Amino acid sequence: MTRIKRLHWGDWLILAGIAGVCVFLVLRVQGTLEYKWRWGDIPRYILAYDASTHAWFANMLLQGLLMTLRISIFASVLALILGIVLGLGRTARSLAVRLLARTYLELLRNVPPVVIIFIFYFFLSAPLIDALRIDFWARAIARSDHAAVWTFFFGDMRRFSQLVSGTIVLALFESAFVGEIVRAGIESVGRGQREAANSIGMTHFQSMRFIILPQAMRKIMPPMANQFIMLIKDSSIVSLISVQELTFKTLELVSSTRMIFEGWLTAAAFYFVISFSFSRYFARKERKFRLSP
Amino acid sequence: MTHSPGKPVIRARSLNKYYGDFHALKDVSLDVGEGERLVICGPSGSGKSTLIRCFNALEFHQSGTLSVGGIEVHEDSREIIRLRQEVGMVFQQFNLFPHLTVLENLTIGPTKVLKVPQAEAEAAARLYLGRVHIPDQADKYPHQLSGGQQQRVAIARSLCMKSRVILFDEPTSALDPEMINEVLDVMVELADTGMTMVVVTHEMGFARKVADRVVFMAEGEILEIDTPESFFRNPKTARGRDFLDKILQH
Ligand SMILES: Nc1ncnc2c1ncn2[C@@H]1O[C@H](COP(=O)(O)OP(=O)(O)O)[C@@H](O)[C@H]1O
Ligand SMILES: [Mg+2]
Repeated sequence: MTRIKRLHWGDWLILAGIAGVCVFLVLRVQGTLEYKWRWGDIPRYILAYDASTHAWFANMLLQGLLMTLRISIFASVLALILGIVLGLGRTARSLAVRLLARTYLELLRNVPPVVIIFIFYFFLSAPLIDALRIDFWARAIARSDHAAVWTFFFGDMRRFSQLVSGTIVLALFESAFVGEIVRAGIESVGRGQREAANSIGMTHFQSMRFIILPQAMRKIMPPMANQFIMLIKDSSIVSLISVQELTFKTLELVSSTRMIFEGWLTAAAFYFVISFSFSRYFARKERKFRLSP
Repeated sequence: MTHSPGKPVIRARSLNKYYGDFHALKDVSLDVGEGERLVICGPSGSGKSTLIRCFNALEFHQSGTLSVGGIEVHEDSREIIRLRQEVGMVFQQFNLFPHLTVLENLTIGPTKVLKVPQAEAEAAARLYLGRVHIPDQADKYPHQLSGGQQQRVAIARSLCMKSRVILFDEPTSALDPEMINEVLDVMVELADTGMTMVVVTHEMGFARKVADRVVFMAEGEILEIDTPESFFRNPKTARGRDFLDKILQH
């Protein structure tokens, strides 16, 4: 099948139709709902100027975006670690370990994400944060001299425990999927490799570490990149446990300013730009990766 | 070239092995002496691979006793790792590690398993690469080598582990015909060094040249154990005659 690379009159017709529907929707919003578009107000909810300190600062939307990015990055790292453990568990020799890993996976697959998030939050992350007194020392750091360094990496230290919650909950949630990717990668390495590793006297751990996992990585990378993008989008779900990321901040903005359409469209644009850029970046990497030996 | 074998390195007594209901090894008893060269042949599916895979604990027998290098082989043994260090294996499909260079393929066992220092392991690896006649390929990856070269790297990998016994499972069956001899030559040279070798093969020229004894298996049983001259000239069983007729037709 050859694909046509130029637009024909038929294509123009389809595009014109879609544009028409969009215009109709906008007019309808304006007309029947008597909605006043205030796009001009949106930029100052991203970056605002503080006249008293003469400095620009990140306002709600940008704060939310930064929190989303931080949570996504930290949760990815944690999910990767948990996922590797889980993937090894799924391919372990011991039946008990395999059953445990399988149970975890099936629970996550068969319970709605929203419910899982609440369960993780109330049963795991909240007690953990209490027990470790994370709130207490985060506030101490916020008052200390080197608060700036911490703020750079973790955002406002007074909300550090939220970042921790969000990270843990999201990582636990995603780890199941990462675990499946790791398992598939491990299983894609042929039986002969395992036997060759065994026959030179490697332990199970050594053959995983030096022979199986390095080869599995090749298979793991592309779906893992994909999962990272999924994670960025899934991160909006932690708004439910009051983590102040992009979705939460947008909700706040919308309810205080009534800029329903502008607020949500801006949030959508933010998510799209991040996800799409990562996806293009990974696609390019992958092509290069596949060409190398 | 008969040669009187020393004390047994491998000692199998009435081994039985099942895959589910399938009886893959039937009452197999066999001794392999120190320095002995044993060739195992027999029709496909007769249990040759199964038997030698039991010797380095890639498979486990269900009844009978097996001791290799003084270690009793059974599934719960804590000494399996030590056993495998003593017994090398060369596979039909080479099974080199594709993500490692030839040199790394040879040093990873010694450095990670035997804890030999890197420099020493590399020197040994280069020595053995010379021994298998590919001294110049150390930095290539396995997929850049021909099948014959890959199999010789696999042999060098076993040598680097200083194995007492090397098992070969049809080492030339996956090779193009023109590469078979370069691998067999290396194996003959290895035999001349006094290495204990158990070789599953249908290369009768090789068997005649180096084997002390030939084992003929069919349907999970050992039917004959004899010197190569005697077995090839005058097999004692009808199945043995049948088998030789078939492979000598080619
Ligand atoms: N992992 C296994 N599971 C079930 N049956 C097997 C397995 N490995 C080998 N067998 C069976 O055992 C028999 C002997 O196999 P094998 O030892 O590979 O024979 P050979 O090497 O002499 O060709 C064959 O019938 C084979 O189908
Ligand atoms: Mg076989």
